Amino acid sequence: MKKIIFILYFLLNFDYLIADSTSINSNKIFKNLRCLICQGQSVADSNSEFAQTIKLVVKDKIEEGKTEKEIYNFLIEKYGEWIVYKPQLNIVNSALWLIPYLVLLFGGIIIFLLFKKRGNR
Amino acid sequence: MKRKVIKFFIIAILLFLLGVFFVGLNVSSIYDTKDLVGKKINKIEIEHFYNNTFITQKDLKRNHFTLINFWSSWCAPCREEHPFLLKLNQEKNIEILGVNFKDKKKHASEFLKKFGNPYDELAVDKFGKHSINFGVYGIPESILINNDLIIIKKFIGPINEDDMDFIRKIIN
Repeated sequence: MKKIIFILYFLLNFDYLIADSTSINSNKIFKNLRCLICQGQSVADSNSEFAQTIKLVVKDKIEEGKTEKEIYNFLIEKYGEWIVYKPQLNIVNSALWLIPYLVLLFGGIIIFLLFKKRGNR
Repeated sequence: MKRKVIKFFIIAILLFLLGVFFVGLNVSSIYDTKDLVGKKINKIEIEHFYNNTFITQKDLKRNHFTLINFWSSWCAPCREEHPFLLKLNQEKNIEILGVNFKDKKKHASEFLKKFGNPYDELAVDKFGKHSINFGVYGIPESILINNDLIIIKKFIGPINEDDMDFIRKIIN
């Protein structure tokens, strides 16, 4: 039974696995890029001159064979980290990534302690 | 004891949140590309406006200083800065490279004929792709570089009298 489920899962996700490994989804990149001259819009949502140019450059970079990370790094080098919505995992941003998990962990501990205390009563 | 630990964590989280808000609200959210100052521009290869040759970093290295000016005939603030560029063109130590941005050649030529040509070299960026390499996000925008292709200053928006004085001080 487990084998059948595994095979079904593999077959259902096969296209996705191939697509992800051989090509980069430009729309995914556009959605993660901030339109710097717009009010709260991503490059994907905007039709401004800036967004249109960024779209062309990203498509060129994909055709050149650059990876998603290389494209982000190129744009970050030119426009700063503000251009990407999803902050990169580095020392400066580590707090952003770690704090939600720490809060979840300590919150869990606090809830656990409270329940334990109630159980003891 | 447990109560003390819980109190400590709650106070610590509140203090942290206050700290985040304090820092976040004091940081300017106005975007600019000043971080590019001091960095080197690589891979310059822009098509010449008048012929099919390319302007490369080799050409720019020959100049003491180069002011790369992104402009267009359809850009109103570009008209505003044009007289200052004409004045700057009279300076000896600086060459002005105009990059005609997403424009029609005919309109660009008419613009230069009407208002004068301040550019020592003129390039064309038909689709605006080259502008990304210079961290440009709107026009007019100008970038002052030295012969090592290091960015000395970026001028976002039209160049004015103060900017012109700044450039003069740097190049002289």
